[in-house]
Amino acid sequence: MRIPEDTLREMLRLMYTIRAFECRARQLFEERRLRGSFMGALHSYEGEEAVAVGACIGLRPDDYILSTHRGHGHCIAKGVDVKFMMAELLGKETGISKGRGGSMHMFDPALGLLGGNGIVGGGIPLALGPAFSAQYRHTDQVTVCFFGDGAACQGNFHESLNLASLWKLPVIYICENNQYAVTTPVNESIAVANVADRAAGYGCPGEVVDGSDVLAVYRAVTEAVQRARGGAGPMLLECKTYRYQAHCMVIPDRRDPQELARWQKEHDPIRHFERYLLDQQIMDEAQQSKLNEQVHKTVEAAVTFAEASPLPHPSTVAEHLWAED
Amino acid sequence: MREVSYVKALNEALSEEMARDESVFLIGEDLVELGGGSGATKGLAERFGTHRVRQTPLSEAAFVGLAVGAAMTGLRPVVEIMYVDFVTVCMDQIVNQAAKLRYMSGGQLTIPLVIRSQGGGGTSEAAQHSQSLEAWFAHTPGLKVVMPATAADAKGLLKSAIRDDNPVIFLEHKLLYATKGPAPREEYLIPLGQADVKRPGQDITLVATSFMVHKSLAAAEAVADKISVEVIDPRTLIPLDIDCINTSVQKTGRLLVVQEACTHGGFGSEIVRRVTEQCFGALKTAPRVLGGANLPMPFSHPLETACIPQEEKIIDQIERMVTDA
Repeated sequence: MRIPEDTLREMLRLMYTIRAFECRARQLFEERRLRGSFMGALHSYEGEEAVAVGACIGLRPDDYILSTHRGHGHCIAKGVDVKFMMAELLGKETGISKGRGGSMHMFDPALGLLGGNGIVGGGIPLALGPAFSAQYRHTDQVTVCFFGDGAACQGNFHESLNLASLWKLPVIYICENNQYAVTTPVNESIAVANVADRAAGYGCPGEVVDGSDVLAVYRAVTEAVQRARGGAGPMLLECKTYRYQAHCMVIPDRRDPQELARWQKEHDPIRHFERYLLDQQIMDEAQQSKLNEQVHKTVEAAVTFAEASPLPHPSTVAEHLWAED
Repeated sequence: MREVSYVKALNEALSEEMARDESVFLIGEDLVELGGGSGATKGLAERFGTHRVRQTPLSEAAFVGLAVGAAMTGLRPVVEIMYVDFVTVCMDQIVNQAAKLRYMSGGQLTIPLVIRSQGGGGTSEAAQHSQSLEAWFAHTPGLKVVMPATAADAKGLLKSAIRDDNPVIFLEHKLLYATKGPAPREEYLIPLGQADVKRPGQDITLVATSFMVHKSLAAAEAVADKISVEVIDPRTLIPLDIDCINTSVQKTGRLLVVQEACTHGGFGSEIVRRVTEQCFGALKTAPRVLGGANLPMPFSHPLETACIPQEEKIIDQIERMVTDA
């Protein structure tokens, strides 16, 4: 599979953006915490960038994604402008969900982003819907549903995979196995070696993918998307990855620091891809660092926009509940 | 006007709305041959095809989730949950997802979804097939709650519910399906949020829902020679036509709410709260709720009967409230 160089550069830009956004969001969280104000829980996607980018870069704007509580990476990879995300994190009226959603509830239906979810596994049954909708309306849109290894232990995973496969719905289930459900390691949660192995039980293909390799994710998802668009039904992909931060900003990290250091040294998705682009002579170091600087400027501009934006007025609190309002 | 059964009225509403709008589809268990738990969907698969009448595995979380996701993407699903007692296995999809997605997305998503289900006791089906759970849904902001008591209301309200752009919980009663009443053959709509005075009166206001409307009407008839009872069916709990109830209480000075649901924490208490707050000066005696026993519904007939408000108890309560003052 030959990937255009522009696409490869865009992949790096998106991965840089996710890393920079998450890093800056954590800083804002800490600053505000010291001042006694809250930004919710904030679940960092750092370390998992290759999954969202590899999965979303090949999707069309009218393809749907369902995101998770750890969803900033998915939003950025699907094309959301970071300034509206940053404004949402600060609870501003200009936020992508007008300050009603926060970190875990970012939506942009025009970009196919059908939302994060505060309920672990909450998106798994919902994803059947846009997939069914495309099949019902005879379009060839696909739906990508992200979920974690923790969500893979919810009962609705079983119901949903069975129904998706039974009705050959155009949905790609992507398990982001980052090795921990909050603090519980995956080998204490899941009885089989790979979540993808469970696909056999649903009569659909499953595949384990190196989640730190954006090209491996891209290739696997592209094949799954082609399959789904062609009417062959769902696929279960499991991307093995690792999160660099604790589950969220309000839960202490109890993981072995050496384990984290090993993943960062050997499997960092951004370092890995930077080396690839160097080796292939697609981008040299100077170009990469220039791109990274641009990304940081964009994220900083997003912070400026967010901070300058107005908070929602309390008199508007009841808006957006009912369709007729 | 012709007489039609409640279940046939529901069937007509579904059929008319499916003919009118291709985005309307039905989803649930045993809908095709059996016509669902009540027979309400009988013949619709033959008429509209099984791509629009989707018979599912026993996977409520998956198919309710599917319906929510399909509603997010432009379809108008009408879900059947065979017994309302089974909502516990798909409560996340209803309460955390359907009810909240529009608000959390800052108004970006619209969820035109109807969930039909049957509640109520009286057929010795015991504690897991006999509940009246409307208060759970009424307690969740973002859901409309409809409880038709007659064939005419069933048809007009279901058609309005299907055309509504919000999630609507549509609660039928298992003892009502076979009951007959006058209902226009032609198309008509009954707006959500409009109570109906089922019997005008002067001395006491009875607010009753679902099957209790019929028991209240029988009780009113039984005391008609000495007490003039006004019977109001709110028909929809959310939105609630409190003005209609208040107007009646201003006239009668007495309020008795009759509900089949267990009394503690029920919707009757909510009606009493609002009337007390808004019409306190008009009340001649303390408003009361006559509800079901605060017990799981027992199997054995005399025990079940003892748990459900019966006509004699309603009569007794009416007489005591009217002679009290």
